[in-house]
Amino acid sequence: MKDNVKLMKGNEAIAHAAIRYGCDGYFGYPITPQSEVLETLEALMPWETTGMTVLQAESELASINMVYGGAATGKAVMTSSSSPGVSLMQEGISYMAASELPALIVNVMRGGPGLGTIHPSQSDYFQATKGGGHGDYHLIVLAPSTVQEMADFVGLGFDLAFKYRTPAMILADGVVGQMMEKVVLPEQRPRRTNEEIRRQCPWAANGKQGRGKRNIVTSLELDSAVMEKNNERFQRTYREIEANEVRYEELYTEDADYLIVAFGSIARICAKAIEDARAEGIKVGLIRPITLWPFPYAAIEKAAKHVKGILCVEINAGQMIEDVRLAVHDSVPVRHYGRMGGIVPNPTEILDALRREIIEPSAK
Amino acid sequence: MNREEIIKQENKVYSRPRLLDDNYMHYCPGCSHGVVHKLVAEVIDELGLEDKAIGIAPVGCAVFAYNYIDVDWIEAAHGRAPALATAASRLNPDKVVFTYQGDGDLAAIGSAETIHSCCRGENIVIILINNGIYGMTGGQMSPCTILGAKTATSPYGRRADLNGFPLHVADVVASLEGTCYVTRQSVHTVAAVRKAKNALKKAFRNALDKKGTSFVEFVSTCSSGWKMSPEKSNKWMEENMFANYPMGDIKDTTANESKS
Repeated sequence: MKDNVKLMKGNEAIAHAAIRYGCDGYFGYPITPQSEVLETLEALMPWETTGMTVLQAESELASINMVYGGAATGKAVMTSSSSPGVSLMQEGISYMAASELPALIVNVMRGGPGLGTIHPSQSDYFQATKGGGHGDYHLIVLAPSTVQEMADFVGLGFDLAFKYRTPAMILADGVVGQMMEKVVLPEQRPRRTNEEIRRQCPWAANGKQGRGKRNIVTSLELDSAVMEKNNERFQRTYREIEANEVRYEELYTEDADYLIVAFGSIARICAKAIEDARAEGIKVGLIRPITLWPFPYAAIEKAAKHVKGILCVEINAGQMIEDVRLAVHDSVPVRHYGRMGGIVPNPTEILDALRREIIEPSAK
Repeated sequence: MNREEIIKQENKVYSRPRLLDDNYMHYCPGCSHGVVHKLVAEVIDELGLEDKAIGIAPVGCAVFAYNYIDVDWIEAAHGRAPALATAASRLNPDKVVFTYQGDGDLAAIGSAETIHSCCRGENIVIILINNGIYGMTGGQMSPCTILGAKTATSPYGRRADLNGFPLHVADVVASLEGTCYVTRQSVHTVAAVRKAKNALKKAFRNALDKKGTSFVEFVSTCSSGWKMSPEKSNKWMEENMFANYPMGDIKDTTANESKS
């Protein structure tokens, strides 16, 4: 247990957690601010210990299609990248969602659009939670706010991906990727044997051996009637995920007059702003969505019943705020506060914004 | 005399390969895909790889290859088959992974994946059907379209000044250290089919023996895309395509080993 307690960056924690989960393969391409994932894996040489494959691909396009190829054989495979690289991956992610393949994708977000900046951002919320690539699909999206959650969500992401046969994404930001914190790493698990994979993934294209009948992993269906049925099946899975897998954290919501909704690293800065507000007698609560999809609509709707207003704090121009508005049906004012271009707000700015936008809007 | 009386075992000189199933093929008359599919099915069966083979299908006319050859298949996005094959092969070293791609898929949109898979020397077989045209989308110019050839997007013939030069992708991958065997074949005559089958068999053996990447190009016909009869297509291919894409082995690092 003591050996599992480490001080490390969020990106490094992802790499360690992947090996310890029993991940079969990682395929990635360098991009700031997440290159430590690939660097750490190459330094740890897991192919010598667990037998995990690690490969630096020629592009993010290749990485995600390697993940697609590996996932189609039933293996637990993953990639990581940052915003511009994840944009390149959208084709492959759509194919995997349509082929009902489990996989883990990590996006350590940086500011965009375009080549943007290498500094932290949360501006890929829309891309991650609303589909991202072409077609009607969702990813399970987990938003870590600590290095501990970076480690924990690797296992959780893989477990959910295999449970529902759909890709999962860890949507982190440059802050949580680069910051160092204490982390308790999970115990080392063995990789699944080929026999276990055959039992768990009877659909996998891993050779006809012992099956007698061929498996075909494809997203193509020219018959529209069949394609509609396939889509209905995907949607049933999404409804099931929405019913079972919503995760969030609440802080001081019971007696709150005002509510902040924030995810990822900025939620921790909001928690500090809330402590400062409470020291002044202003009762503010926090809801931190952990699953961005499925989104905790019901929890926010419930908390909104007794608050006078909600401030959505995001490191972007206001994206999650659309889901918060959907949750509360305009029953209370919902306002945005955020910085862009890679700038992370501090607690004072957040508290000022709460006063300006929610507590005393008439004074504006 | 009924059919059963004529088709007696002792009279039988040829039959459909065991791993080529009886789904109706969607390929046009005169197309090379059918013959190459047959060879792939025969080679996999003869090498005893039925349970070990994983095929990666392309986007293009061969997108439905998985409906015809009775092994496990993964359907790739356009051009990405070698990336899928890389992971499938590395994560399943006890299996034999092959891609089956057209020239648009392999040499245009998938050129990066092709080159880097060959460069890494992935233990896979890459099969290229080079008919110098995009067949499925209706006969547009591909990177491998030869100069002067008329297509839907080079209606007056491909011109180097407008459209650039044809890409001799087999020669490109032969220059990479990761490839162990690069060959150019065709299936337009009985003799060519027999030669091509030996080449394909060698490629699958190389993958089985982890010798690196084997790249088998089939210079092929596309009667529909070329707007010629099957017979005329074969003739045109011999007269025009072969001058650009000469037949035979381009590279074989395993040649000395097999002689000894």
